[in-house]
Amino acid sequence: MRSLIISVIMVLGFSACSTGPHKAHNKGVYMLVDTSGTYTKELKKAQQIINYTLSQLNAGDSFVVASIDTGSFSEKDIIAKITFDDRPSKANQQKRAFQKKIEQYIQGVKSSPYTDITGGILQATEYLNERDTRTKTIMIFSDLKQELKKGYVRDIPFSLGNYEVVALNVTKLRSDNIDPREYMDRLELWKKRIEGGGGKWDVINDLERLDKLIKG
Amino acid sequence: MQLPDFMMIISSSYGLSLLIWAVISIILLYMARKPAHEAILSVSKIIFHAFRLFSSSILMAEKKLKERNKEVLLASGRAASERILEREFERIDAFVKKDLSHFPTLQREITDSVVRLDEDYQKSAEIPPAPPGWTKAIEPIASIPPSEDSMVAEILKSIKDALDKGQEKALASYRKSSEKRHNYLKDMVPTLRHINKSVAGLDKNVQTLLERSATVDRHMDEYAQINKQNDTAAQMLSSSSLTQFFIAGFVLAIAVGGAFINFNLISRPMQEMVGGSVYMMGFKVADIAALVIILVEVSMGLFLMESLRITRLFPVIGALDDKVRVRMIIVSFVFLFLLASVEAGLAYMRELLSADDAALVAGLLGGASSEGIDASGRWITTAAQMGMGFILPFALTFIAIPLESFIHSSRTVMGVVMAALLRFLAMFFRFLGNISRYAGKSLVHIYDLVIFLPLWLEGLVLNTTDKGTKETENVISSVEVAPIKKKAVRNTKKSVAKDEVIAVIEEVKE
Repeated sequence: MRSLIISVIMVLGFSACSTGPHKAHNKGVYMLVDTSGTYTKELKKAQQIINYTLSQLNAGDSFVVASIDTGSFSEKDIIAKITFDDRPSKANQQKRAFQKKIEQYIQGVKSSPYTDITGGILQATEYLNERDTRTKTIMIFSDLKQELKKGYVRDIPFSLGNYEVVALNVTKLRSDNIDPREYMDRLELWKKRIEGGGGKWDVINDLERLDKLIKG
Repeated sequence: MQLPDFMMIISSSYGLSLLIWAVISIILLYMARKPAHEAILSVSKIIFHAFRLFSSSILMAEKKLKERNKEVLLASGRAASERILEREFERIDAFVKKDLSHFPTLQREITDSVVRLDEDYQKSAEIPPAPPGWTKAIEPIASIPPSEDSMVAEILKSIKDALDKGQEKALASYRKSSEKRHNYLKDMVPTLRHINKSVAGLDKNVQTLLERSATVDRHMDEYAQINKQNDTAAQMLSSSSLTQFFIAGFVLAIAVGGAFINFNLISRPMQEMVGGSVYMMGFKVADIAALVIILVEVSMGLFLMESLRITRLFPVIGALDDKVRVRMIIVSFVFLFLLASVEAGLAYMRELLSADDAALVAGLLGGASSEGIDASGRWITTAAQMGMGFILPFALTFIAIPLESFIHSSRTVMGVVMAALLRFLAMFFRFLGNISRYAGKSLVHIYDLVIFLPLWLEGLVLNTTDKGTKETENVISSVEVAPIKKKAVRNTKKSVAKDEVIAVIEEVKE
């Protein structure tokens, strides 16, 4: 009887011990970077945000940077992805390598004619759902002006329960300056779409407020 | 608010129906007044007695707990006194073995010295040199009066010279013997000093022994007081326990602070060993591992202190054979040393990781390289961290002493707190009992308030009855009834119904 109790306790103890780093204690961050038109000029700021995010992530967390181009619902648009090692020293090495990869990408980036933000978000949800992270954050570095190539269907509702979607550096277009309502309507549209899918919406245009970017 | 349909006696008027129901209710309540009062009072009485019972049983439990506390307190006090006495006797034993073991040698030395002194004294006794024997023989010749005869003068002169010479010789011999005696006396001085020193040492030892015996006497008195199991001893021990509890608690809080620093030193590098993202029951495994290391160190410290017989938390260890105990001391110390070394290594690793993190953050955010940071003084923090990592486990070893005091004194403190809690509970139940009793009385009055109208009418009727009774009394006095019977009538007035009173009056008249 006594050995049975000890065995039960041991089994419970081991079952309570999660063996992998992907079990409900890690963070998942998916960053979408707009590479359409003149927005490529803003990519230096995107690099700053990526570096900041890297400094905030810990062992076991996942981080992906993907571009938004003509058709973003594709793995090919992923620039760099990583799940940091359990050991902090190894994770630091991975962060350095990640940073270099992003730097190289930004140096040779080519602008795309279309902007498929919805496809990017769908790709992000697919990836983060697969990773099964505790917190799921999608960062959209874009002016939020979606321009789809003819034939692309993107009026798909999102499923963003437990997601936080943050729009970063939402720049004002020339037309926005003429009629600011366009800008506001654009933000409102995305807010509705995200919150309609069950996600939490936030906008950070001031890069000094990055401390609020990664929570938990 | 609407009345249900079945209660609408007059279907057209809600108010009238309500009034009729109210009147019916009041009448019913008036009719049921006596049993209702009794029911209310009996229920309140039951609740009152139940609470009283609760209160008394809790008070009894408190009394038992107090007795138990006293027993525990006296037992622990007795054990502590026995321990102190044992330690005192051990000290006396060690003292006697160390300082008084050479007492026989000392005694022999003193005896030898005394014998030597005696001999020297004997030798130094003054023996006057015997005058030469022939002096008496020549005394008659020397007493011959001087004459002018040269022959006689010559003889006398030569006798005088001979006498002078003899005297000088005797004087020289006397001086020599005196010198010898003085030398003997001189030789006695170091022996006397030696004896004096030995006796002084002996005196000091005896004084120390006397002081120790006075301490033992004091502890024995305390022990006797405890054995008598009187309240004074219990109070003394109780206050001592409370003091111990707070002091030990304070020291333990400091130790916990030390343990926390220790934990922070090793939890970060532990992530390198067991991973930084593995969780167990919601806690990082690295943190748990760091905590386990600290707890193992504390346990080793406990075993070490126990084996050294400084603490007595585990009687099994205290009762071990000396050989096994010494082995245990060595084993626990070695473990402690190894763990301290591991901690020092982890502290060093922590410093490396911190430097790496700082360099990474600088590279990511500031764009500055880590080389820009002045690293010349970094060895100081590294050395300090390593030193702390090595020393803290040994410092934590001493937790065992306040922990023992805390555990022992907490028994008493918990007992006192529990007793106070029980007393408070007893008071509370007593209070509830009283409330229920007075609530019953109040309910009776409220009941009467509800049916005040029929009661008022009853009062009017009774007043009329009283008047009738007074008239009856007058009749009684006119027929001059016996005093006893008058009293019976008066008593009856208060409690018996009107027809009964009339019956009594008729009886009296007859």
